[in-house]
Amino acid sequence: MHGRPRKAPTPEEQRGLAEKAAKLRPLQSQFLQNHHSKIYTKEALEISAKLLEANPEHYTAWNYRKLAVEHNLGRPEAAAGSDFIDSVFAEELRVAESALKRNYKSYGAWHHRKWVLSKGHSSTDRELRLLNLYQRQDTRNFHTWNYRRFITALKSIPAEQELQFTTDMINENFSNYSAWHNRSVLLSHLLEEKAQGYFPKEKILAEEYEFVRNALFTDPDDQSGWFYHLWLVDQTVKVDAPMLVSSWPPHDYDFSNPKDCTLDDGGFFSYTAFKYNTGKFPLVLYFSEAVEGINASTVTLEAEYDIDTNLTWTPLSTYNSVSAQAWVTHLNIPDKKINFPKAFPVKVSLGHSQGIISSSGIPYSHRSCITVYIPLHDSQKAEGQKLERILWTDENFCNLETPCQKTNPLNSVLQLRIKEEIDPTALKWNVETIANEIAHCRELLSWSTCKIGKLTLARLLMAHGAMMVFNSPDSLSMVHFAEVLELYRSLIELDPTHSQYYKDEYSLVFLKKVILLSVNYSCGVGWGEAPLVASSIESMLGYCHQYRDSTPLSTSGCLCLRLSNLSLSRIGSVEKFLWLQMLDLSHNQLRSIEGLEAMQLLSFLNLSNNKIGSFTALDPLRLLKSLEVLDISYNEIGSHTVDTRRYLCTSPLSHTVGSDWNFEEFRICNDSVTNYWEAFSLFRDLNLTELDIVGNAVADDKFKSFLHKLLPGLKWLDSEVLL
Amino acid sequence: MEEAIIQPAAFDLIVVGTGLLESVIAAAASSSGKTVLHLDPNPFYGGHFSSLPLHDLTSFLASQSQFQPSDPRCPSSPQPEGSDHTSVHLATRPLYSALNVTSYSAEPLESRKFNLDLTGPRVFFCADSAVDLMLKSGTSRYMEFKNVDASFVFDKNSGGLASVPDSRSAIFKDTSLSYREKNQLMSVFKLVQGHFEAAGSADSDGGGRRISREDLERPFAEFLNRMQLPQKIKSIILYAIAMADYDQDDLEACKDALKTEDGLDRLALYHSSVGRFPTALGALLYPLYGQGELPQAFCRRAAVKGCLYVLRMPVLAILADKDTGSYKGVKLASGQELFSHRLVLDPSFKVPLPLANSPPASLQDSSHVVGLRDVQGKVARGICITKSSLKPNVSNCLVICPPRSLYPEQVMAIRVLQIGTNLAVCPSGMFVFYLSALCEDAVEGKQLLETAISSLFSVPTSGSPEDTSAGQSENTEALKPMLLWGALYIQELTMLFQKMYPDEEFFPNTASSDQIEDDSGLDHET
Repeated sequence: MHGRPRKAPTPEEQRGLAEKAAKLRPLQSQFLQNHHSKIYTKEALEISAKLLEANPEHYTAWNYRKLAVEHNLGRPEAAAGSDFIDSVFAEELRVAESALKRNYKSYGAWHHRKWVLSKGHSSTDRELRLLNLYQRQDTRNFHTWNYRRFITALKSIPAEQELQFTTDMINENFSNYSAWHNRSVLLSHLLEEKAQGYFPKEKILAEEYEFVRNALFTDPDDQSGWFYHLWLVDQTVKVDAPMLVSSWPPHDYDFSNPKDCTLDDGGFFSYTAFKYNTGKFPLVLYFSEAVEGINASTVTLEAEYDIDTNLTWTPLSTYNSVSAQAWVTHLNIPDKKINFPKAFPVKVSLGHSQGIISSSGIPYSHRSCITVYIPLHDSQKAEGQKLERILWTDENFCNLETPCQKTNPLNSVLQLRIKEEIDPTALKWNVETIANEIAHCRELLSWSTCKIGKLTLARLLMAHGAMMVFNSPDSLSMVHFAEVLELYRSLIELDPTHSQYYKDEYSLVFLKKVILLSVNYSCGVGWGEAPLVASSIESMLGYCHQYRDSTPLSTSGCLCLRLSNLSLSRIGSVEKFLWLQMLDLSHNQLRSIEGLEAMQLLSFLNLSNNKIGSFTALDPLRLLKSLEVLDISYNEIGSHTVDTRRYLCTSPLSHTVGSDWNFEEFRICNDSVTNYWEAFSLFRDLNLTELDIVGNAVADDKFKSFLHKLLPGLKWLDSEVLL
Repeated sequence: MEEAIIQPAAFDLIVVGTGLLESVIAAAASSSGKTVLHLDPNPFYGGHFSSLPLHDLTSFLASQSQFQPSDPRCPSSPQPEGSDHTSVHLATRPLYSALNVTSYSAEPLESRKFNLDLTGPRVFFCADSAVDLMLKSGTSRYMEFKNVDASFVFDKNSGGLASVPDSRSAIFKDTSLSYREKNQLMSVFKLVQGHFEAAGSADSDGGGRRISREDLERPFAEFLNRMQLPQKIKSIILYAIAMADYDQDDLEACKDALKTEDGLDRLALYHSSVGRFPTALGALLYPLYGQGELPQAFCRRAAVKGCLYVLRMPVLAILADKDTGSYKGVKLASGQELFSHRLVLDPSFKVPLPLANSPPASLQDSSHVVGLRDVQGKVARGICITKSSLKPNVSNCLVICPPRSLYPEQVMAIRVLQIGTNLAVCPSGMFVFYLSALCEDAVEGKQLLETAISSLFSVPTSGSPEDTSAGQSENTEALKPMLLWGALYIQELTMLFQKMYPDEEFFPNTASSDQIEDDSGLDHET
């Protein structure tokens, strides 16, 4: 069944198909006629059976038969005795079986069979026999495995017995994704229930690691075992419950405390203060995974001031989903009074109720409490207006002073650590297990070049590092960034087909490295032990610059993270960047900017010279309400005729949003408007003052005049001053 | 003695002896429309390839172990005047020697309940050309085969049997190999697979996966050494999968150093055997009721196609043309003279060459008489009977004792085939073992087999069975199967190698057309 290349049909085969179609056509029309007139006689059923035997994929015919069954069960004979009912269902099973004989991967036939069985009139023993037959013919057919799960649940066959079945199948041929998958499903249940013989979890997982290792070493190029291994690793490193990992403002970060505001004029967040003039202050919570249920009752706020505690929380998700990793709300800032400090504390508590739930259904269970300081609105300060264009050239940036003399300004932001009660011995087994897997992986790779082995090693090393750092941030030296990055580099060359994935992973690891080194750097850990920590160039400090501007009021002194020319293809570690207002990602290989939506303070963004292929790829920007300056010049917008993401995004065609859009007012000429609805959807909620779009296929004069209309606040478009 | 007269008196082909090869030839020739007469002096089919009850086996072996005196009925005088041919007397020669039978059992074994193989191919690879031949000729319809469940190698360090991880799933399941060894063994299998896939592809070097011509000519052992395989893995590949006979690491003592090319072919044969038939999971097959079924199946096939069978009919002499000395016919023990274009004789006959008055080698060069000629060499054979298996819960298995695994001077691999009750060759609850090893002479052969027997079995030392069963049950020897009966003998190796009807299709009315030499695979000893 597997590994047979598809061939173009020969003329004879084509003729055969045509003949078959000609035979089916009268049957088909007769069937449809019966269906429409609701004729469920024996003869009519016979026609549908014939049709299905010839073409098991005919969904309408399957549905017709379901209707017919229901119709016939309502007849007086059905009330008379169960024999009649049994015979009706037996006939359905017969039709499904003969359809399966023709194609035992027919979705419709398997579904019909399930439907019949769920009615509870048929023998499940017979189904098991049938399954054994099919599973012998094609051991990997996932339809049969699926059906097996359905039947075993119906029959209440113990999971232990089914687990043994997967063992037998794997022993026969371990290259069987379906068997490994079923094993993981069954084992999940057994471990969760702490079934007898399946506790403690650690013991069982250790046995499973050994079992699958036989497959990995016997044939490292067979991927099915590696998939199971990945599941095991996931079981080992996964923290079940979601956690709060960061926030804006950071926990305990006091704007009024000079220790925290180290730059001369407190200018680190000076522009931020400027932005607060709207009277709204964003509060962002960032979780370890997407969660839902963040609202005024699950997250409580306490403050000395009267703040509106009945806040609306918004998930920062581009797919209009109810769950997101990052959630934002906006606090009203009271006016600054004379005798008050620069900022006042707000206590944010979570986990006191069960309302917050991860996408896998696990509730947020840690009771956690963070304190954030909200700067007060200084009505004295003049309302600033940005008067000049932002220029992303090097001359306009200066390096941060070396933190030898001063405390590192990033210190508190990066060191942010939400207090969690963690038993230091809790992860001991997990760390040891991963370390053991790393050793085995290294051994395997010492004599064979195996792509998926390398990928697994890279993943294991990162997981190990994450656990070590989680346990104690001082153990940074345990993270083998250089090795992981080297693994991804070699994978990009070894496996060009999947190079994009490896590039993405490389980017994520690279960003993690930059941040972790910065934490270490700013903590001063290993400060005396130079080899442990690289120079500031390698840490985030090396990428941090201050923007200088001739006008003192506005943007000057704003801190900019300049991650340009790094071949990044993906953004990661966003939780560490929630404070960013100015970000330069130019000259990379970004195709997507997923994750950027969490950076709620972001005002200036440079995405020029990347590989952004469409406006839909920029969708996260819609959620950045403070964005003012955007450079997307020299990308590939409009170069790709087919944009598959288009259908995932909001459009006038989707039923939920966009129906109220009024395109007509932006009409430039007769035909153009509907061509731009992605751009419309992206830009209509943004208040951009500067936009650079030159160097994209889409950016012709017509489009520019459309933008001009759409963005009335725009002052510069492609460095031209708009009047 | 009233003898039936065989009618007609002339045939395309006369075949003497119903051994496997003769039967294949008879079946092939009959299928090609030749008229064939098939004779056998014995009262049973199969000759040296038959499976016999216990007593019949020993008496047949004994009778074939000595020179038989010339048949007194055969007149040595020349043919009557006026005859245009002379008769050349056929001498037989013994194929067996050094027969040694010992019974350790207190109660006599039920002779009739055994079907013991005399010689011959005992197991087949599922993908062997012999199996193809059986399928192609239709003889497979008359037989049933069962899988040999497992293979083991004798491990000299532990003195026990280690299973042969001969497939991907067997490697996966194996508990004795280290992870590294699993990887190494599978790498060899994949290399071989890659080589043959590349060889089959249009690409000349097959994407670099094809092994170079130069490397293919080198010894296989050297090739394996270069892959840095540990001795254990190498030994499994060489002797339990590639089935090498001689010690491949000792090129001086090795008479048959396996070339890499041949080694790879054997691995490929093994692997294409695993899983060829859905009912046979392993690589090897054994026929139900013993391998004596094979010649019978071919004879039956021949008979269906019109071949005439006469058993209990010895042939005394070959009739040769007076002038040219070329073959004319045979003279039977009944006195009847029969004529044919060609003659095939079984390997126990010695054809006196050259024939009197004939130009040298005329009989052979004209290829009218195909003798099953000698190949230098002997094989030591042993048959053992026990009441328990070498491995618990394993009914049929093959055990390989690689060279030097039993004693330092052992230069040959010894193979031991265990057959249990489900193949209907012995009474229920018993096991039959066939041991074999190539040897130079009887002394070496006996030493090989005797050491193997004492290593694998518990051999009662005294003649009194009561003593042994009581005395040995306490020590570890009791774990080994107790020997009930044993026979050792030395067999001369013979081999057929000539085409008879080069222009005829071999078993026609099927798609492919192999030549008769294809069945040379049948001669490979197990």
